[in-house]
Amino acid sequence: MKPYLRDRIPETLAELPDATAYEAGYLVTKNAGWRSSRPVIHQETCRGCLKCYLYCPEGVIFQDGGKVKIDYDFCKGCGICRKICRFGAIEMEEEK
Amino acid sequence: MGINVKTLCKDEFFYGHKACAGCGGSLAVRIALKVLGERSFAVLPAGCMSAVGFNFPQLCFGNNAVISTFAGTASMLTGIEAGLRAQGIRDFQAVGFAGDGGTADIGLQALSGAIDRNDDILYICYDNEAYMNTGIQKSSLTPFGARTTTTPAGKNIRGNLRPKKNMFEIVAAHGIPYAATASIGDLNDFMEKVEKASRIKGTKYIHVIAPCPTGWGIAPDETVEVAKEALDCGLWYLAEYEEGSGMTLNYRPGTFASVEHYLKRQGRFRHLTGDDIDIINHSRDVKWKLIEKNLGE
Repeated sequence: MKPYLRDRIPETLAELPDATAYEAGYLVTKNAGWRSSRPVIHQETCRGCLKCYLYCPEGVIFQDGGKVKIDYDFCKGCGICRKICRFGAIEMEEEK
Repeated sequence: MGINVKTLCKDEFFYGHKACAGCGGSLAVRIALKVLGERSFAVLPAGCMSAVGFNFPQLCFGNNAVISTFAGTASMLTGIEAGLRAQGIRDFQAVGFAGDGGTADIGLQALSGAIDRNDDILYICYDNEAYMNTGIQKSSLTPFGARTTTTPAGKNIRGNLRPKKNMFEIVAAHGIPYAATASIGDLNDFMEKVEKASRIKGTKYIHVIAPCPTGWGIAPDETVEVAKEALDCGLWYLAEYEEGSGMTLNYRPGTFASVEHYLKRQGRFRHLTGDDIDIINHSRDVKWKLIEKNLGE
């Protein structure tokens, strides 16, 4: 099961569990704000080797209908994917 | 048959965590959990991966995961494995992820005990070569010459004076069923070792080098590259130990890449002099002679 962002974020104490034991995969915040530059995949040069997906510390790169995509909600913009790509299909763009 | 990027589980079990951008440790945990799957019970002592994974109420693990005491990773694994077995639960893997401090300093006794009892657990040490979570203090796996906040580099003493403890051989010396070294610079090798370990009954230990951009003084996008370079210059090696068949070497660079280049690109080694680098070069050559001797060559 992939942890996912919950629709409703707990706001009151009553909504939080009594103990520190909690449900797996419970996300309440994104990591997008950490990024100063974002990786962009050029689909025409991408060969779908998935090396970027393998080496991503966040696991935000995935395959969707034969195309390789990035979950920008959780990408921190480290740039490992750009360096690992043998085909130069990933470029970093400044975040504005 | 072997596990690779195409056959790897598509699900993510370590997602949305708060590790620094480009963190090597989080990559090791993510990949290991993808190999082991949802039926793994993770134990994490105090350290980076528990600090970034459990930010209440956020829980970044998609499988069962729990924080243990700093010293008790292996003993908690023992308890979890026995508890699940007592409840009649089958087909699971109790896996621990401890840092270098939590393994070689603080958790060594518990780990040694678990190996002695041969409990059916998998212990993974992600080695970023210092206590990174608390702000870069020296551990016994910090290499010679590295600058940390407790081994500062000055005019007379240039960083850490002691060599890195040889955890892999310490563990192997117990006569453990399976032990291996790995690196996030070679994930295919790491995945195969985790997969192999999951099929073996008894205690398993994998020591994976996981560079830390914050503590090593490298750019976030250099983590994987630096891990690879450590293998190419011979300062880290990929090996396996199996009870009965002994040690095997998985990767041997034809000629070693430059140790100086590897060291000088990292902030923690930038103060080293030519003499210091000669010492490191020499200790690498001595180490490889010993490895070859162990292999009976």
